[in-house]
Formats: sequence, C-alpha cells, structure tokens
Amino acid sequence: MYTTELKDKSQKSTPVSLADEDPQKLAAFEARVAADDFIEPKDWMPEAYRNTLIRQISQHAHSEIVGMLPEGNWITRAPNLRRKTILLAKVQDEGGHGLYLYAAAETLGISREEMIEALHTGKAKYSTIFNYPTLTWADIGAIGWLVDGAAIMNQVPLQRTSYGPYARAMVRICKEESFHQRQGYEIMSVLTAGTGDQKRMAQDALDRWWWPSLMMFGPPNDKSPNTAQSVRWRIKRETNDELRQKFVDVTVPQGEAIGLRVPDPSLRWNEERGSYDFGVIDWEEFYAVVRGEGPVAKERTQARVKAWKDGAWVREAAAAHASKRTMRMAAE
Amino acid sequence: MTDVRWPLWEVFVRAKNGLAHKHVGSVHAADGRMAIEAARDVYTRRMEGVSLWVVPSSAIVASDPKETTDLFEPAADKVYRHPTFYTIPEGVKNI
Repeated sequence: MYTTELKDKSQKSTPVSLADEDPQKLAAFEARVAADDFIEPKDWMPEAYRNTLIRQISQHAHSEIVGMLPEGNWITRAPNLRRKTILLAKVQDEGGHGLYLYAAAETLGISREEMIEALHTGKAKYSTIFNYPTLTWADIGAIGWLVDGAAIMNQVPLQRTSYGPYARAMVRICKEESFHQRQGYEIMSVLTAGTGDQKRMAQDALDRWWWPSLMMFGPPNDKSPNTAQSVRWRIKRETNDELRQKFVDVTVPQGEAIGLRVPDPSLRWNEERGSYDFGVIDWEEFYAVVRGEGPVAKERTQARVKAWKDGAWVREAAAAHASKRTMRMAAE
Repeated sequence: MTDVRWPLWEVFVRAKNGLAHKHVGSVHAADGRMAIEAARDVYTRRMEGVSLWVVPSSAIVASDPKETTDLFEPAADKVYRHPTFYTIPEGVKNI
C-alpha cells in the first residue's frame, strides 16, 4: 500500500464538518464514488470520509492483532502436529492482515504509532468477539467456523469498498481467510464424529460462540447511525442486518450437517422469505463488551501492552544497528 | 525510554521470472535488509514471489491527482497511435 509521507502536525487539518466542505469538490467526489470509481490516497476527499475510514480501518487492524491472542493461547496445546502447524499459519496470517490494514490506514495520514497508542490506551476499539475466553480446543474450531465465517461475510463486500488501499488490502485478506474458516469447521466436524465427550465439547463451544458471532455484525440498522453515510460513500456496501441474515442462512445448515444445534429456540426456516427467522440478540451484552466489560477485555489489553513494552529493546537495537551501518557506509 | 520510529518501505514482488516486480504494499523496518525480511513474511507466505524489492517510501516521487488532466488527457485525442485507426483493404492479411 503506497503511502506518501505523513502530514506533520502543522499541516494536520482540524475536523471539518460536511457543511463546511467546498460544495463543488464534494459534488465531484460524490459523483466519482457513485460511479464506483476508487478514491486513492492523494485524491481530495471530505474530512468526514477520511475520519470514518481511519476509524474503521484501524479498528479492523486492531481486531486482527488482538485476534491473535485467544488463538495463540492454543498453539502449544493443539492436539497434534497437523493442528499445530495449521494454527501457527493462521495466527501468522492474522498478524499479516493487521499489517496490511495498518498500512492502508497510514495512507490517510495517521501514523502507526498513533494507532498503537490508541489501542493500548483503550481509545480505539476492536471487535467485541475477542473479549470472550477460549476455554477448550473446540473453541478454536468455533472461532474458525463462526468468527472467521462472520469476518468473511463482512469482508467480501469490502473488496469493492471505495477507498483503493483498503479495497486492495481486503482482496489479499479474503484470499487468505477462507482456509481459516474451513479449518475451523473441520475441527468441529472431527469432534462431532468423535466420542460423546468430544461431541459435547463441540456443542458447548457453539453454544457459547453463536450469539457473540451474530453481534460481530454490529448494532441493528436502526441503531447504527453511521450506516447510511457509509453506504452512500460506498465505504460499506451492505448493512449490518443484511450481512447478519446471510451469515445465519449459510451457517445453520453447516451446523446441522455435522449434528450441531444452534442455541436459539426461536430459530425457524421462513419459507416465504427464503431465510431463517432468529431470536432477539442481547444488545445489552454487546454494548457492555463495547464499553470494555467483556470477560477477558483487561487481559487482552494487558497482553498487547506487555508485548509492545517487551519489544522496545528490539526496536531500539534495530534502529541503532541501522544508523551505525549508515554511518559506516558514509565513511567508506 | 524514547520509542523509535522505523521508516516506511514500499514492497515490490516479482511473481516469477519473466514478469516485472509489482507493488504489493508497504512495511516499517529499520533498514533495507530488515525490510526485505519483513516483506518476505508479510507478502510472500503463499509462494507469491521469487524476488523482492524494497524502496524507502520517501524516495518515491508521485504525480499529483490535480495534474491528471495535463499529464494524461493529451493522449486521448491521438487515436492515430492505435492500429485500429487505419483501414486496410478487405481480405488483406494482418502482419
């Protein structure tokens, strides 16, 4: 993701409301977006577009990075070598996805350090899903199947999002993500074909991860104030509720195929709509997790901050080595 | 402790010999060697390439979108630069 040098502080513009934008430039921008043209880093864009993207892309990046933690816990405890190598590759992919996205956000004029700082101080949010604990091996299956499945639903339309660097990052991510979902579903199907205990373990993981996975799509349309503007600017291509419904329709039969039951007594096939009707989501729980009250929210942030602090000497040593080499080469 | 900032590098990958290096993204790294190693981990985990270039982002000079018209539009009215501009008699074979 090509980026020009960051603006320095003096150049940084203060937030501009949409009403204060140059109406001619704004109209030209909106016409381009409406015609499905991509916006590139050096193009003119309204400040609100820039800020929405910075928020959305950096949150997305943080989610990839924090998402490594619940799975990283299980690398040493994976049941066999095949599963261990798969999980290692998956966690490494998540790190890569975080980096593609940070780089895309940097093209908008925010620095990597500012984003990391915002994550560590709790100013920036990440997906609520990672504030739930991974209690058993089946949770690794459920995360791949449901959490990565939900992520794919969200990400596929983002490959055509209007901001070029974000769209390009999403193309790479989507290419890599489908193996994540499949390996998770395979873990679940192996467990459900196993002993009674293994089958119960798989069902228990589904019971705990189902509702948090549905919450990953965000609040319902009428409670999502930014959706209309984001759809208009083609940052988002589909609403939260549309994506959630798609996910339910695809996932329920996958569960049934391996003998798992979705923990929702209201779930019913609606012949007329050609879709599943499903129960009411506990949005109080969602907002509590967003506020940072998730079961393992504190541990996640602490783990991130610790990793950053523990790595400080490496960053310093590499920089010192680089400047020493530069000086030596200049002297020669 | 002052935290150090690593500069940004643009990454180019040659998918296979015979093809040109193509821009794929960027990484932060202290120096060129480290940028190569980071680029290898970030952009070639699935055999995407056989060769890498890394270039300091600050070394790239880019055209300004405001000049797009000046730079590229003059080409639009020079259709005679394309072979389809010319008519040749029916039945004559193309080279």
